Amino acid sequence: MPSLRKELGAILLELGKEYRDLVVITGDLGKSTGVSAFEAYPERYFNLGISEQDMLGTAAGLASAGKIPVVSTYATFLVGRAWEQIRNSIARDALNVKMVATHSGISPSADGSSHQCFEDIALIRAIPKTTLVIPADLSEMRAAVRAAVETPGPFYIRLGRGEIPTLFEDGFKIGKARQITDGSDVGIVASGCLVQEAIEAETLLRREGISASLVDMHTVKPADVHAITEIAQETGAIVTVEDHNILGGLGGAVAEIVSTNTPVPIQMIGIRDRFGESGDIRELMEVNGLTARHIADAAKRAIRSRKKF
Amino acid sequence: MIASAKSGHLGPSLSCVEVLVSLYFDRMNHRPKDPTWPDRDRLVLCKGHAAPALYATLARAGYFGHDMLLSLRKTGSALQGHPTLETSGVDASTGSLGQGLSIANGMALAARLDGRDYRVFALLGDGECDEGQIWEAAMTAGHLGLSNVTAIIDRNGVQSDDATERVKKKEPLDAKWRSFGWQVLEIDGHNFVQLHHSFDVAEWTTDRPTVIIARTVKGKGLSFLEGDANSHNASFTEEDLDWAMEELRYS
Repeated sequence: MPSLRKELGAILLELGKEYRDLVVITGDLGKSTGVSAFEAYPERYFNLGISEQDMLGTAAGLASAGKIPVVSTYATFLVGRAWEQIRNSIARDALNVKMVATHSGISPSADGSSHQCFEDIALIRAIPKTTLVIPADLSEMRAAVRAAVETPGPFYIRLGRGEIPTLFEDGFKIGKARQITDGSDVGIVASGCLVQEAIEAETLLRREGISASLVDMHTVKPADVHAITEIAQETGAIVTVEDHNILGGLGGAVAEIVSTNTPVPIQMIGIRDRFGESGDIRELMEVNGLTARHIADAAKRAIRSRKKF
Repeated sequence: MIASAKSGHLGPSLSCVEVLVSLYFDRMNHRPKDPTWPDRDRLVLCKGHAAPALYATLARAGYFGHDMLLSLRKTGSALQGHPTLETSGVDASTGSLGQGLSIANGMALAARLDGRDYRVFALLGDGECDEGQIWEAAMTAGHLGLSNVTAIIDRNGVQSDDATERVKKKEPLDAKWRSFGWQVLEIDGHNFVQLHHSFDVAEWTTDRPTVIIARTVKGKGLSFLEGDANSHNASFTEEDLDWAMEELRYS
């Protein structure tokens, strides 16, 4: 599988050549995120040290003077430490700052609870004027970083760490959920690194004669209201899948849409309002109920609860 | 303005009037008829609660009409309680303390990248120096040698609850900034000659940023408010207003 940090560095270099106003800022995590590749443009690469609040504020100033700053560090520090700077210095004026958060969710598995970030979707989603994208694979990451640079306004990209799978060729469009399979028994709405698990879950369900409509909801904000409403209408039961707290994340976003437009039962796969812990990533996925088997079981529960409705 | 709005920060607005007047009428290169001119000097009002003083200065400079000033803090007004970019002449949205100096640094970096020679001024409160982000930003500007950044600290000695040294000791403030790589100047912040001269010195210095510690009096010009912590959030009765206007007329 491709290395996330190498690919992130490569796409930034490519964009740096096209966009002379693109600048890259990090907080002493240039190597870990991969953005230090941008040192190839030394005058446009800033390592501001371990100071996330200053980093986001500096990005605001650069953006207000016409630059396109890409800020990158770990999700828990970027959003957790500098949330108010994102809100007050950047988003209120819709300044053109691009936030690329790596090491989200359980991806920094061995580092434990301080580094595993299960809150960033909720925190960014609650700030007006923001766009929030969670790429599921390499093609989506490349397309999302390009889209961020080419779309005006604050843009948040949620990434993991280590390797990133190759699932799709192309077809990424901001705000438009990707339909992976069509089905009528249950809808599965997944995002980020768990899209791969959801694809496996769909196969497991198909073997049991259950047809699932599976979508990759890479853009959590603005949400694809039309696609979600249609899936709810067509299947009558939904499972949401995310590597984030089920409170306020993708599950919450889908529930807001479905409960307003087409109320149907929803089962949520995600972190059940707890902090992380150190461990092997596959084992942590088991502990938190995030595997293909868990998704398939949740789909069957959703179908059963629809019948009770 | 503040009487009409029935709320606002009178004391900390009055302590920085001379600094703002000196900047907009003596120092800064700006065009009120072209407020987004890319080569303009910029001001970040880090102590955003002094918005009334900024708005009055901007109106006098010609960014908008004086009649607009009475709409301060009213529903639908472009004059928000704390500065936002909606107001012509405002260069950065502030209001949450501690965030402005980083923004000023970013603007200064953009000037450096674009080869433009505009300068960026950041007006800080002394109480605001409690915020950690100020020191992150101070370290950044010192490290990068951002000589096109000039910070002014409105050293009125009083913050929201009490005297600054009682809430959290700031002194030695000059030594702190010096050790972060800044040139430090200390002046009487109500004296236009000293302000003019210190801005000259900042402009002549090309290897590091300058901070001007401007010693001021909170509530300056109104004897019943001067130096009083209670003036931080003071608003006005009709009677106070008459008295204040009379005092300011003769000062």
